[in-house]
Amino acid sequence: MSELTSLPKADWTPRIVAFFCNWCTYTAADLAGVSRLKYAPNVRVIRLMCSGRVDPQFVLDALRRGADGVLIGGCHPGDCHYVEGNYKMLRRFQLLHRMLRDMGVAEQRVRLEWISAAEGERVKFVINEMTAQIKALGPLNLPQKFENWDREVIELARHVRQQEEISGVTMPTPAEKEAVHV
Amino acid sequence: MVSPKQDIRIGFYVCHCGHNIASMVDCPAVAEYVGQLPGVVLSRDYKYMCSDPGQELIQKDIAEFDLNRVVVASCSPLLHEHTFRNAVAAGGLNPFLFHMVNIREHDSWVHTDRQEATAKAKGLARAAIVRVAHAKSLPVKKVPIHPDVLVVGGGIAGIHAALTLANAGKKVFLVEREPSIGGHMARFDKTFPTLDCAACILTPKMSEVGAHPNITLWSYSDVVKMDGYVGNYTVTVRRQPRYINEELCTGCQECIGNCIYKEPKFPDEFNEGLGKRKPVYISFPQATPQVVLIDPEVCLNFRHGVLTDKCKKTCVEACGDRKAIDFTQKVETREIKVGTIIVATGFKPFDVKRIPQYGYGSYPNVYTALEVERLVNASGPTSGDVILRDGRHPQAIAIIHCVGSRDKKTNRWCSRVCCMYSMKLAHLLKEHTGAEIYNFYIDIRAPGKGYEEFYDKLNEEGVHFIRGRVGEVTDWAMTPEEEGKLVIRVEDTLAGFVRRIPVDMVVLATGLEPQADSQDVRRLFNMSCGTEGFFLERHPKLAPVNTFTDGIFIAGCCQGPRDIPDTVAQAGAAAAEAMVLIDKGYIEQEPNTAYIQPDCSGCKSCIPLCPYTAIAFDATTQKAVINEALCKGCGTCVAACPSGSIGQNLFEDDEIFSEIDGLLTN
Repeated sequence: MSELTSLPKADWTPRIVAFFCNWCTYTAADLAGVSRLKYAPNVRVIRLMCSGRVDPQFVLDALRRGADGVLIGGCHPGDCHYVEGNYKMLRRFQLLHRMLRDMGVAEQRVRLEWISAAEGERVKFVINEMTAQIKALGPLNLPQKFENWDREVIELARHVRQQEEISGVTMPTPAEKEAVHV
Repeated sequence: MVSPKQDIRIGFYVCHCGHNIASMVDCPAVAEYVGQLPGVVLSRDYKYMCSDPGQELIQKDIAEFDLNRVVVASCSPLLHEHTFRNAVAAGGLNPFLFHMVNIREHDSWVHTDRQEATAKAKGLARAAIVRVAHAKSLPVKKVPIHPDVLVVGGGIAGIHAALTLANAGKKVFLVEREPSIGGHMARFDKTFPTLDCAACILTPKMSEVGAHPNITLWSYSDVVKMDGYVGNYTVTVRRQPRYINEELCTGCQECIGNCIYKEPKFPDEFNEGLGKRKPVYISFPQATPQVVLIDPEVCLNFRHGVLTDKCKKTCVEACGDRKAIDFTQKVETREIKVGTIIVATGFKPFDVKRIPQYGYGSYPNVYTALEVERLVNASGPTSGDVILRDGRHPQAIAIIHCVGSRDKKTNRWCSRVCCMYSMKLAHLLKEHTGAEIYNFYIDIRAPGKGYEEFYDKLNEEGVHFIRGRVGEVTDWAMTPEEEGKLVIRVEDTLAGFVRRIPVDMVVLATGLEPQADSQDVRRLFNMSCGTEGFFLERHPKLAPVNTFTDGIFIAGCCQGPRDIPDTVAQAGAAAAEAMVLIDKGYIEQEPNTAYIQPDCSGCKSCIPLCPYTAIAFDATTQKAVINEALCKGCGTCVAACPSGSIGQNLFEDDEIFSEIDGLLTN
């Protein structure tokens, strides 16, 4: 499903929330800093002990609050500091991706990357690539989208009521109750 | 979403870190911005927060302004979180009522636009302010530390670390994969630049290890498993069968003399295959432990490693009443408990076959540096006589530097020791043979005490130095004087033309590489590797022997190429770091464990997720219970609980949700 994006404002720049595991990817981001690599300033990192701690709700919450993308970084398969937390994340990520696809969120917006503590260059590459991809996609702006969807639902409800008045038959559920974000 | 509670009083500090942060982030603007956020009582910018005055500032402010939360925006929490937690604790607050914002590694050092970097710093600081309101006081968890230490690898690094610890009264387990300790150093002839004999300085230390009451030496063994955490590691060691009872063997070596093979027939590993040994052998005369071993691959009593009992067993006869030979020995595993581990697994020399144009393997008179070490050694296969593989004595010798170093096609790093050992070999070869010696180098790197002077000395001795990377070694003669010789083709970059230099012997100064199984060892001990495969230190300057796993230290060439003095210094440092933990007597653990909340429905979905089996089901309460001692705080169960009934200290759901919120509200 394609995204319905509004045209970006002139000063819009992507906002990406990242969840990095303490042992590999956060350390890699530190290494990128120590090595003075330069990358796009669009990513804000939240440090967790393990990518296994990433609750899919964190990702959805970030998108709901206006993030244009979410980046999750963990240790390479087989290298998890906690043996297998990254595999647990991978499982959740597969499900989450299906759900996001159904919601119409482009796949590039939520990304899982294995970055080891030595791969400062990879941090730079992933952040730059993801920022460029999301710039091309435009703002996700889910809060605005929720409003638009709710407006659609209300509009639909009004239409149904009109139909009911014309036909004299009452529909069972009031559709406007589904609008929750306005 | 979250408005700070009434009684939250936050102190915020943004650090300039000299110019490191201040040059890219407008620190006063960040302080001013944060000062307006709800709950913030005080907001300051300061030149160096980690300095004593910086820390005292926090302590003073806590008392004066009655702060109950502190946020510092400075470098990575992996560097200074501990420092600031201590400062907060010294100010009378619980150390966990603190949050740190990384605006150096993640901001000022990686961005180029001051405005954007400042905006990012504000955003990160805002998130921390919102998050810290949810911070809870937590107890500092103390667990006792097991005083014993495991040292993995018995080269000079492992030997020195083990002896340092043992002399300080600590019990040490030293595990070495080879039949004897000594590592690469035991094979060297002399050491640069002092030219003292490697064996003379190493073997007394080896014997001391063998005889030390505090050291348990397990050679011919390797570590197969490690469990536990700092202070309480359980390690499984696999001991290969030597087919000799170590307790009963006296090292008399009569079995070797009486082996059914009258002459040594099999390539001798210690001498790089230049010499021969029997199926029953001792690696080298000063091997420690002084115990022989039997190679089941070639011993007649075995067939391809399987016991057949078909040999006459003259060795057993010779051993007689000592009864040390035991053909029925099997692989044994031992489990030990230690508190700290020093990994000193060393390096592997570069495989010169990867550069076929240098002719190793094709031309018999091309040698690796390690082979030459054995060739010039008085106890080597030729007793120190430099005889080539074709039986001649060399008249001219080429030493090619940087083989497998400083080369994008092989390894990019400088192996640090090759210039010096090449010059040492040049000196020794000249001494032994009187031949003309040509060194082919890119740059001479001689940065060490007495190293440059050694280079000068070689120039005076008449050793030739030709600057240029060798293109190829060939036996294709173009002139009569090149007939029967190996010709070095090289561009002399100082003279500015291509030269052909005929020699009799070529020495390849092989670089240093990570061990072939360094990735397995890394996983085994929960360490990280750099891109090149050497083990990664916690901090390149300030924690060079620490790893990211507490209680695991690294020393020697497994961390990167280095020479013997640096290795010994590093091994001593690793031993000292281990003693810091042991002598303190306890470990302060990060209290980031997970816990079950009362609304647990007992669905049991968390139980199989835990890799440490820390979660169990309590049949009486019908709820899950977490064993705090086993929990390592990864938080996987917390994220997976379908009813949100598992919390994690320091990483609570509301803390993370509020941080997300803080990052995204403008």
